[in-house]
Amino acid sequence: MANKQTNINFENKYGFSMPENYALKPEKGISQSVVVNISQLKNEPEWMKEFRLKAYEIFLQKSMPKWGPDLSKINFDDIYYYIKPTKDRAKSWEELPAEIKETYDRIGMPEAEKKYLSGVSAQYESEVVYESINRELSKKGVIFCDMDTAVKKYPEIVKEYFGKLIPPHDNKFAALNSAVWSGGSFVYVPKGVKVDLPMQAYFRINAEKFGQFERTLIIAEEGSSFHYVEGCTAPVYTTDSLHAAVVEIFVKKGARVRYTTVQNWSKNVFNLVTKRARAEENALIEWVDCNIGSQITMKYPCVYLMGEGARGEMLSVSFAGAGQAQDTGAKMIHFASNTSSRIIAKSISKNGGRASYRGLVQVMKGAKNSSVHSSCDALIIDEDSRSDTYPSLRSQENNTQIEHEAKVERLSDDKLFYLTSRGIKKSDAEGLLVNGFIDPVSKEIPLEYSIELNRLINLEMSGSVG
Amino acid sequence: MKTNTILSLKNFSVSVEKKKIIKDINFEFEKGKIYALMGPNGSGKSTFAYSITGHPAYSVEKGSEAVFEGEDIVNLSVDKRSVKGIFLSFQNPLSILGVKLRQFLYFALQGKKDPLTISQEIKKYAKDLKISDDLLNRSLNEGASGGEKKKLEVLQAAVLDKKLIIFDEVDTGVDVDALKTIAQFLRKNKTDKTYIIITHYNRILKYLKPDHVIVLNQGVIKKVGDHTLAYDIEKNGYGK
Repeated sequence: MANKQTNINFENKYGFSMPENYALKPEKGISQSVVVNISQLKNEPEWMKEFRLKAYEIFLQKSMPKWGPDLSKINFDDIYYYIKPTKDRAKSWEELPAEIKETYDRIGMPEAEKKYLSGVSAQYESEVVYESINRELSKKGVIFCDMDTAVKKYPEIVKEYFGKLIPPHDNKFAALNSAVWSGGSFVYVPKGVKVDLPMQAYFRINAEKFGQFERTLIIAEEGSSFHYVEGCTAPVYTTDSLHAAVVEIFVKKGARVRYTTVQNWSKNVFNLVTKRARAEENALIEWVDCNIGSQITMKYPCVYLMGEGARGEMLSVSFAGAGQAQDTGAKMIHFASNTSSRIIAKSISKNGGRASYRGLVQVMKGAKNSSVHSSCDALIIDEDSRSDTYPSLRSQENNTQIEHEAKVERLSDDKLFYLTSRGIKKSDAEGLLVNGFIDPVSKEIPLEYSIELNRLINLEMSGSVG
Repeated sequence: MKTNTILSLKNFSVSVEKKKIIKDINFEFEKGKIYALMGPNGSGKSTFAYSITGHPAYSVEKGSEAVFEGEDIVNLSVDKRSVKGIFLSFQNPLSILGVKLRQFLYFALQGKKDPLTISQEIKKYAKDLKISDDLLNRSLNEGASGGEKKKLEVLQAAVLDKKLIIFDEVDTGVDVDALKTIAQFLRKNKTDKTYIIITHYNRILKYLKPDHVIVLNQGVIKKVGDHTLAYDIEKNGYGK
């Protein structure tokens, strides 16, 4: 290890692995004692241990999803459920182990931090090893820490919200996460506080046959507003890896939250994520979700529009290349009157990849005068690839305005001719057109991420990666 | 071949969907000259433009030769022909959502001109062509009028700085003022470039006096003359 890499090329930047160096490496597989062990190693209070154990029972009872991509390759007995990466948590960048620093250097984290970050909590393996919180944030009463810390330092807040929006019995993977969760972020923004710079967290998986189960809880008090960004690039490994996260967001009256994800797990990861937000009166929640990596992703961020005038938005992009299935979408449930939801989903499939949009919009009885807009565009690059759309729109109220558009297109030969006639290589022209296709979404994400996203798409299109 | 030939066509035949549109053309275009390519609708003018640029739907038949600057380009890909110095100003420029002019010009000129120079040139030429900043900052041709689209084509030709430029009806759908702006711009930036101006009208040729006027009909060259031929055609039609 500790090999000094002086000549780092771009591919290296997005698909590499560092030597493993762990303080502890427990056994594979899940059992009641593994669950108890995790809780004890973390010195958790009794209530969290009980929560985990109950969730474990539910996990055993729940069956696998009977729809969507093939998950039969997941072997729950062949996964490590908890790994502690370093003996003690580093307080500053300098204190981080060299190889971890190098990993982050390669994804450009320090520069990004200097320029944009207002707080960082980077996850290496299942525990957060580095965090820095902007002093200004602390002064305003904003809490931004890892979930493990939050359980100990802010038990009252955590107890009130944890698992309330996504209870363990929601689905098998939410139950699994509830039983063995580790790491993830806790964000609490007090009443009326506005955070201008995006709050960011980077996640990486770096152990063979290692499952990562981070847990994120976000609470936006009345009138607050902020942007949370979660980005990940992951090392390439040969065996399957499971990632099952749970994200719960509470958006109180008049608050505004934007949650951006750039997901680029390596192509062996099963990424099965449950994300949900609850929007009260006049609150706004915007999901911006970009899925490029993983072997299989199943993710349908959901918004419960609970209060009058609440708004939910979903902007998503997914890229399915060879051997990949991106099964993504959104759920918008209108419970109150004058609520509105908007979904813009864009998918690209190439080299036999499969992109599916699965959406549910439901207007409940009493949600009068609600408006729903959903549009899904699919771009299919070649004959081997596939795109499916499963929109479901249900309304129990007559007085609602519902719009749905779906479009499937291929790369236009005329547009390719136009761009190549300007001296641009065909593969670059394809990259430009694909980036143009996702532009309505990519322009909504922070600059550094959109540049990275554009580059990744160009690399995917020119075939030099994946 | 003459020494100052830029493009030499020999037995040049092109078919579209198995229908022969251009039939056995033999012609030499000289470096630095202005050509007007005229002819009734369906005579093969646009087919000529597309086949020289390399559109895959236009198949150049076996035995045809198109030698550009000493190299037969018939089997060259579209982008390589452009790199060699051929440019087509489209008759109906497309809108490309999410792709900005500046962005793809950077791509096209990678390693040749730095982004700052490109930006400055775009700015300068846009001013000469009376193109608004707003239009430059939108996706290519998004919401652009006919005249604006043609101006953006002309601007690209100038920034990309190609040797042989084919203008396919750069004067159609353009109002009098815009036509004047475009024509004056083309004259000012002509330098040693070769222009092939496909047109139905004499009006643009008043600003850009052609050295040769070629009349195409049913895929063959019917007549070649000087600038007075264009005037004659406008007055009397293709008639006889």
